[in-house]
Amino acid sequence: MAEMNMVEAIRSALKLEMERDERVIVMGEDVGHLGGVFRATDGLQQFFGSSRVIDTPLAESVIAGSALGLAITGMVPVIEMQFLGFTQQAFHQICQQMSRVRFRTRGSHTAQITIRSPFGGGVRTPEFHSDSMEAQFAQSSGLKIAMPANPYDAKGLLLEAIRDPDPVLYLEPLRGYRLITGEVPRDDYTVPFGRLRVVREGTDVTVIAWSGAVPVAEKAAEIAAEQGISAHVVDLRTLVPLDEEGLVAAVEKTGRCVVVHESVALAGFGAEVIAFLQEQAFYSLEAPMRRVTAPDAPYPMPGIEDFYIPTAEQVARAIAQTMADQ
Amino acid sequence: MAAKSSPPTSAQFLPDAKPVAPVSVLAETGKLNRGAKPGMTKTAVLEALRLMMLGRAFDTKCLSLQRQGKLGTFAPIFGQEATLVGTAMALDPAHDWVVPQYRELPAIIRQGQPMERIALYRQGHPDGGIIAEGVNVMATQVSLAAQIPHAVGLAWGLKMQNRPGVVAVYFGDGASSEGDFHESCNLAGVVEAPVIFVLQNNGWAISTPRDIQSGATDLAARAPGYGFPGVSVDGNDLFAVHKVTAEAVTRARAGLGPTLIEAHCFRMGPHTTADDPTRYVDPADLERWAKRDPIDRVQKYLAAEGNWDKATEETWEQDIAAEVEAAFEAASAHPRAGPEAIYEHVYAEPTPTIIRQRDAHLGGQ
Ligand SMILES: Cc1ncc(C[n+]2csc(CCOP(=O)(O)OP(=O)(O)O)c2C)c(N)n1
Repeated sequence: MAEMNMVEAIRSALKLEMERDERVIVMGEDVGHLGGVFRATDGLQQFFGSSRVIDTPLAESVIAGSALGLAITGMVPVIEMQFLGFTQQAFHQICQQMSRVRFRTRGSHTAQITIRSPFGGGVRTPEFHSDSMEAQFAQSSGLKIAMPANPYDAKGLLLEAIRDPDPVLYLEPLRGYRLITGEVPRDDYTVPFGRLRVVREGTDVTVIAWSGAVPVAEKAAEIAAEQGISAHVVDLRTLVPLDEEGLVAAVEKTGRCVVVHESVALAGFGAEVIAFLQEQAFYSLEAPMRRVTAPDAPYPMPGIEDFYIPTAEQVARAIAQTMADQ
Repeated sequence: MAAKSSPPTSAQFLPDAKPVAPVSVLAETGKLNRGAKPGMTKTAVLEALRLMMLGRAFDTKCLSLQRQGKLGTFAPIFGQEATLVGTAMALDPAHDWVVPQYRELPAIIRQGQPMERIALYRQGHPDGGIIAEGVNVMATQVSLAAQIPHAVGLAWGLKMQNRPGVVAVYFGDGASSEGDFHESCNLAGVVEAPVIFVLQNNGWAISTPRDIQSGATDLAARAPGYGFPGVSVDGNDLFAVHKVTAEAVTRARAGLGPTLIEAHCFRMGPHTTADDPTRYVDPADLERWAKRDPIDRVQKYLAAEGNWDKATEETWEQDIAAEVEAAFEAASAHPRAGPEAIYEHVYAEPTPTIIRQRDAHLGGQ
């Protein structure tokens, strides 16, 4: 075990897997010599050489598209998109090409590819750097989506992602990159996809979050506790696959539910979670389910971003309202 | 049309492009090359020098504000002053457009965008996005190369409407690897859009050096593949940059279509304030390029002509510092934006959903 932050946990997974499996290559903008703009790949090029840790030209579409070709030759690409906002340039390659290749070829060709990308706001980045757009990708059947909230899961889910035979979008909460630390095993382990994590046990209301929204939910639970409300906080860990059983159990436990995410409300992943629970856990519900999300507006300039991102206070208010609902 | 001759029977591969020597007018010493002319009036040279100094002073100020935590991340122009000002000075702000990436401060100022707006943008204020009435610039573009298709559309639209303007679009060597750049060149060549592609080759895209960015010897040499000319120029030479841009403007105005200008310069500062270039830039390169400083070069030229001395330099520096200071004071006096700003300008008329979300938010929910 070692104390690591998110970035260190990610780096440790990459290093471990590259040592274990020589088919694994890392590529992207500034990942080599510099070690990534956030140093997630720091030292890897020095260790594994520039044929396995590759600085690519600045062109996201060909990074993703060539990864598919590389995968068909048997390589296992782990590509870094410098910011999630810039995966849009590669959207077609990721969502239409990479994600569907198995389906289109009836399994003849597959895409064992991991796409790592930081995302999320609150760190005063310039425009287009902070958007949370996981839901846009969730509609691309064939693509899995992992969104760790702590260093332990970051390493375990990344190792799982790289070994997964399907393409995985692995999103890293920028705000927590160095802030969130925790104990991480030095050795090999994986965190399975599709199993949510109970972050905090509670009995009155279930709060569902993932990635950067998990600490917000936890803080809201503390505020709620001061008001005598016991919140049960769960972290989805992966959106695709979704832990259907775990979600139903978590909501049946309390009969009340608040979903928190940093992306817009409209067709956000929270809408999917709530629709699913409406179908599968309706009779256990004692109150309407609520969402706390960003508003349906573009991510704003840094000067006002704090008004945009859901806060623990807003979540705590939603918890209290849910408790007051009959 | 090609003369009638029998087709070749064996493969005739196009030759590899040979390296092109960049156009140069004003040598590093501040002396004109043999037979070369400045191509700018004395007034224009002074205006250009002022813009270059202003650009550098503005970003020096921003750097110090950023270090004090009073400003967000930004990309300083250091080393690129002559490329930016030499191109901008060849434009007519009344008709022509500047479409920037994010490092084009003096070109935007020359077009007429008030410095106070730029200061607001750097402060992260939403009103920093406002483009002053009648100023022909597009918004700062953070998503690389995304502005290049817009520029082609602008130029094409001006042409469709028989309007006189040309469009200068700026981007880096890194951005020129994006599909958006290549698709734009292709379309511009087809529709003969009056657009000038200003490729600022500053040697770096964050930590990625130019030779990893593209296998091409010269980025300017890509242009003929799209059916229009390319030119390579010393980007630290104000006169040379101005000269090639003026020629490109003339071509565009005459209906001859696009030009690609590759301006060779060097990023003398960090990529942005979030970057640590000491991890990858060779100090020897910085030293070498420092000797080619674009501002210093023009000052030496003017001094030799008897139009510049230490005292003038000091007065100008003081005036410019005061102007920059005033811009930041004006920006700081601008009312702070509140949460309501998030809900404004999303659509022409807010949707019922936005109204509901706004009311809930402002009502403390
Ligand atoms: C589409 C896109 N991909 C990645 C980034 C992240 N990024 C910002 S600047 C930069 C390098 C840009 O280099 P270049 O185009 O040469 O311009 P320069 O910064 O050198 O002026 C990168 C990779 C981005 N802003 N947009």
